[in-house]
Amino acid sequence: MASQGFRNGQSVQDLIAKSRNRKGKKITEKTMPILLFIAALISVLTTIGIVFTLIFETFEFFQRVSITDYLFGTSWLPFSGNNPTFGVLPLILGTLKVTVIAIIVAVPIGLAAAIYLSEYASDKARRTIKPILEVLAGVPTIVYGFFALTFVTPILQQLIPSLKIFNALSPGIVVGIMIIPMIASLSEDAMSSVPNSIREGALALGATKFEVALKVVLPAALSGIISSAVLAISRALGETMIVSLAGGASPTFDFSVTGSIQTMTAYIVQVSSGDAGYGTTIYYSIYAVGFTLFVFTLIMNLLAHYISKRFREEY
Amino acid sequence: MRYIDDSVVMKRMKTRLNRNKGWKALFLTGTLFALLCLVILLVRIVTQGVGYLDWDFITNFASRRPENAGIKAALVGSIYMMCIIAPVSMILGVATAIYLEEYAKKNKINDFIRMNISNLAGVPSIVFGLLGLTIFVRALALGKSLLAAGFTMSLLILPVIIVAAQEAIRAVPQEQREASYGMGATKWQTITRVVLPAAIPGILTGSILALSRAIGETAPLVVIGIPVILRFLPDGLLSEFTALPMQIYDWAKRPQEEFLYVASAGIIVLMLFLVIMNSIAIFIRNKFSKRY
Amino acid sequence: MVQTMMKNENNIKLNVQSSQVVSEELPVVKNNKSTVFGTKDFNLWYGDHHALKEINLDIKENDVTAIIGPSGCGKSTYIKALNRMVELVPIVRTNGEINYRGRNIFGANYQVEELRTKVGMVFQKPNPFPKSIYDNIAYGPRIHGIKNKKILDEIVEKSLRGAAIWDEVKDRLNQNAYGLSGGQQQRICIARCLAIEPDVILMDEPTSALDPISTLKVEELVQELKGNYSIVIVTHNMQQAARISDKTAFFLNGEVVEFDNTDKIFSTPKDQRTEDYISGRFG
Repeated sequence: MASQGFRNGQSVQDLIAKSRNRKGKKITEKTMPILLFIAALISVLTTIGIVFTLIFETFEFFQRVSITDYLFGTSWLPFSGNNPTFGVLPLILGTLKVTVIAIIVAVPIGLAAAIYLSEYASDKARRTIKPILEVLAGVPTIVYGFFALTFVTPILQQLIPSLKIFNALSPGIVVGIMIIPMIASLSEDAMSSVPNSIREGALALGATKFEVALKVVLPAALSGIISSAVLAISRALGETMIVSLAGGASPTFDFSVTGSIQTMTAYIVQVSSGDAGYGTTIYYSIYAVGFTLFVFTLIMNLLAHYISKRFREEY
Repeated sequence: MRYIDDSVVMKRMKTRLNRNKGWKALFLTGTLFALLCLVILLVRIVTQGVGYLDWDFITNFASRRPENAGIKAALVGSIYMMCIIAPVSMILGVATAIYLEEYAKKNKINDFIRMNISNLAGVPSIVFGLLGLTIFVRALALGKSLLAAGFTMSLLILPVIIVAAQEAIRAVPQEQREASYGMGATKWQTITRVVLPAAIPGILTGSILALSRAIGETAPLVVIGIPVILRFLPDGLLSEFTALPMQIYDWAKRPQEEFLYVASAGIIVLMLFLVIMNSIAIFIRNKFSKRY
Repeated sequence: MVQTMMKNENNIKLNVQSSQVVSEELPVVKNNKSTVFGTKDFNLWYGDHHALKEINLDIKENDVTAIIGPSGCGKSTYIKALNRMVELVPIVRTNGEINYRGRNIFGANYQVEELRTKVGMVFQKPNPFPKSIYDNIAYGPRIHGIKNKKILDEIVEKSLRGAAIWDEVKDRLNQNAYGLSGGQQQRICIARCLAIEPDVILMDEPTSALDPISTLKVEELVQELKGNYSIVIVTHNMQQAARISDKTAFFLNGEVVEFDNTDKIFSTPKDQRTEDYISGRFG
């Protein structure tokens, strides 16, 4: 038996009483929540920083370029010597072209993968395929951009001879491939959270798996699926490296997908990689474009949030 | 009389079953297409780049001539940058998660912080670049330094780390906290001795995945103005540097065909980097997954 | 101080006898045992729900006090009020007094950590930490500043012996406590609680998640422990209350219907509702 020697006959409570009321402990208890709260404020400060940075510099930009010219102008030629024009619509159009193509690619494929994984695949297949899709989501966008420029574009040029080296189609498709995992994974989550009892109810009536998926699971998971698509749109709008490498740098105001374009993000990259002097109109223009992009993605994010909150199914 | 005519049901059964089969095949095709894209992408890059991948490529600086081009400065720069991002983003992220999960009461301020974090996660990375350019590079006069880029990237992945850490902390059962409080432990003791040890595997896994995103991220670095052709290694926090994705971007833009192979070799190095980080994350997840 | 010294000697005795049943050592029934917990006109609300109503209850030293009643009667709430664990629910309000050794624990400058150091708790579901058995037991002493390895070793051994689990785990103190069976885990939790030598042990349905054999072991353990500790045990199992407790309180709808010696409650209850409950007419 352990001897009493080490404690000189003191009980544990005596020992505890001796070491109690150490000042440090009390101070820690008081200060830690404050420090943690300050850390939490960093993320708020980041948002404030983003918003204020964009607003201030954009305001500076509108001192030089009229806001109506910016919002409704159909010509974006900031580098044209004496007479630069800053009409943002071509950039927005370029961004939208890429986004629409991406969504056309990603939503059907992502949804198909989600339905397959959630409704048809065995547990083992699901556990193998999902992590691989996550790998696809983890590939850096610069790699996708390189892939678009050196692989997808040449193939497309074989199919469509009129396709330029820089175009909207190739980056659009590759951005679509990039967001497939996002749609597949979020939609699969939404579908998996539909309780099995509902599926079993339909299967017991003799419905096929397809009928269950289409008429029972999809409607129940619809809000999750739509919000995943909206988030994917937001991601496509803000995608930068793919469109910078494969989309080109000529903002045009037309609906062609075979010609060179420029997106909002690609413009910011173009100016940043060049040497636009600090304080020039071009320098401020990247903030105005960034602000425009920020507003677009913010609306999409809030919309996705709203959809998944508002139409959430209660089981 | 019966409302259901068995013969009609049986006749329709066949088309229904066929339709089920057809759609199943289509859904499978969709899944396989996504996987195929990954395979093509990887095979293509490896076959293009592997010929240029040798020890010289790792130890050489960037060069105008493709055969001499190397990735040393970029590789070292990326590693240094990660050494800034990891502590900064993890300390801030875990602290925020602890605050939100353990201390925050349900009130307007905390709801605002939560909403703010979820929106921040959706801000495009290039916008973070603009923030970094204005605040860190210019206002705080850090220049195009490791520190400026590291801070910018830390803020970029902060929301991801916060969410991962929140989930890990939430997964620690309430009974564990009760057991600790029941012994007379204070709140902070309970957090540091019970909650965090149990949540650490989850936090690490999420953080490593977030870090690997930061390593592959290019857009903020471009906006900050990180140089591409650099023939020296960074020698301090305020030193200029370059990073793997910047170097790849620069090579990919060049017209000479050889540089495309060099870019592929660079991509292989970057992807290996990511594979190693992800393997560590998966290892931690499997090794320390707790059951309660 | 004198009291703690005496208690210490009792502990030593317990160690020597180890796992024998200490029936002959049952304390002589003192007529005026001192009060550990005096509850006076105590009320508790969860938001708008009035969960405990005008509770008056005195818990005596070295008694096993059982609290019985149907689900939702407030018995768990009451036991969690005794160490203020109930305050972990943010919407709780209280009034009235619970006096521990004469001091109101809901009083303005009562340190809740100090209270919980004296009043240990064993929970419904075994909740060891995902740490080694040793670290589980040493957790309490360590958070209270005891760092000396030799003292900790001694406390760990003594607590595990006290919880009658030493022989089962002495060779694997460094293994994760989650490798043990549910019954063993619960005894580890009791040992963890003993490690800070509390004055009172609160047990919130400690056997409800256990199989019959583990339940029996825990019940035997409660019998052994009551020589040194005052024990309050919430149970939904009336036979258990009858087997192990000295006093029994019957709770219904947040009120104490009856509180008396256990044999009295189970043989000649005064209140019709108590009789209905113990004879199984409801609950």
